[in-house]
Amino acid sequence: MIVQKFRDTLMGLWSLLVGLKVTAVNFASPEVTVHYPRQVVPSLEGYRGHIELVPSSDNPQKSRCIACNTCVRTCPGACISLTASKPKKKEAESKDSAGSESGEKPKAKKEKPELESFVLDFNYCCLCGLCVQNCPTDALGFSNDVYLAGTGRQDFVFDLLARLQSQSAKTEQ
Amino acid sequence: MMDAIPTPVIVISVGLAATLAFIGLNALVLVYLERKVAGFIQRRPGPYEVGPQGILQPVADALKLVGKQLFTPRGADGILYWLAPMISIAPTLVCFLVIPFGPHLQIINSNVGLILILAFTGVNVLALCIAGWSSQNKFALLGAARDISQSVAYEIPLLLSVLPIIFITGSFNLFDIASRQGAWPWQWYVTYQPVAFVIFFICALAETNRNPFDLPEAESELTAGFHTEYSGMGFGMFFLAEYAYMVIASCVTAILFLGGFQGPVASGWWWFLAKVYILLLIIIWIRWTYPRVRFDQLLNICWKWLIPLAVLNLLVTLLVIAL
Repeated sequence: MIVQKFRDTLMGLWSLLVGLKVTAVNFASPEVTVHYPRQVVPSLEGYRGHIELVPSSDNPQKSRCIACNTCVRTCPGACISLTASKPKKKEAESKDSAGSESGEKPKAKKEKPELESFVLDFNYCCLCGLCVQNCPTDALGFSNDVYLAGTGRQDFVFDLLARLQSQSAKTEQ
Repeated sequence: MMDAIPTPVIVISVGLAATLAFIGLNALVLVYLERKVAGFIQRRPGPYEVGPQGILQPVADALKLVGKQLFTPRGADGILYWLAPMISIAPTLVCFLVIPFGPHLQIINSNVGLILILAFTGVNVLALCIAGWSSQNKFALLGAARDISQSVAYEIPLLLSVLPIIFITGSFNLFDIASRQGAWPWQWYVTYQPVAFVIFFICALAETNRNPFDLPEAESELTAGFHTEYSGMGFGMFFLAEYAYMVIASCVTAILFLGGFQGPVASGWWWFLAKVYILLLIIIWIRWTYPRVRFDQLLNICWKWLIPLAVLNLLVTLLVIAL
């Protein structure tokens, strides 16, 4: 009983020394802070910022989007709105208005609908990622724009198509 | 003109001025050290923006404290409330008077230097008690109550661990105690009295309300304990006093156990300051390593371990001296 008590005490004292060693090792290790305005985080891969359009493999100016409207329908905050030109061929035959059916199951003869605008209202986005998950052509991804800042609500309504085009123009330069 | 003033008066006034400067400067350095060490232990830079490597941060903090409004809470006892910080800081000035910083650097060479320090550091309890009582705040009152029971409990092993040194040297004179130890570490009293050294150091931590015994100002439970209601320099004085007591505790530890101003090469005040600062760094290191003890644990450590150990150590020392 008493032996056990003394053993516990000695173990406790030893643990105190172990604790001091832990802090000493950390004291000597290099700091992990990134001094933000002067330095930036080196790798932003994996950061889930607002969504952006993924350029198609053959033309970086164009999006992979087929205007199927799946993202618009799945978005819980209803923050995505897109417009697309109707398919040029077989225009007379198509009877539906939105072109969503034709977008989902494009037939071989039909030409793909052209994406005309893709607007994200980031104010209502909850970053759930359902649009990215459900996109049939993987046309959506998360941007890694950590340093996003604005002075008003209107600064967070993004025209993603224009963003895609300006980004591809930048990379070409 | 100068002949009309007795020499001790001049010596003490100059000494007090130097002490005040020393306390102020030390507080600035220690605040910076404390925050830098805390930062490095937590892998952060610590103060960084004010001045190169944040070296002016304590100055900025001090200026901010000086500039703040002195606010007396409603229902507080105005006189006692503002008296408490002064009672807290005043005894530290006296304590520094008898500390031998070097062979020729001591303001008063008193025969009862050690007793004087032990007595005057005890006054701090009264200050914290008054602060807690007069603040009309439940956190402050609880903090004060905790501080009193803690200080009363830890005063006993503190004195019991000082006694062996006094028996060995037969003197209360701090200069004597320091100069009787040799220059080399194995001639210091820490090698003769390691148990007393450890007990004294633990008790010094508890008496200065430092982590892991900072229950009187436990932030997580009592917001700030006894100084919850204090603003501006009211808080500033308590803060200054806390760091001054830390320095005094380290000074006394260095004198009693670590040979004071004596060092292997070129004894002098630089050795004393180096030892004091190493002890202070250890205190800071301990603060950022251990969590706070619970109150029952605090008293258990004192009554069940430190006091019996100190008594045993004292008896063994007496036996060895008698033989």
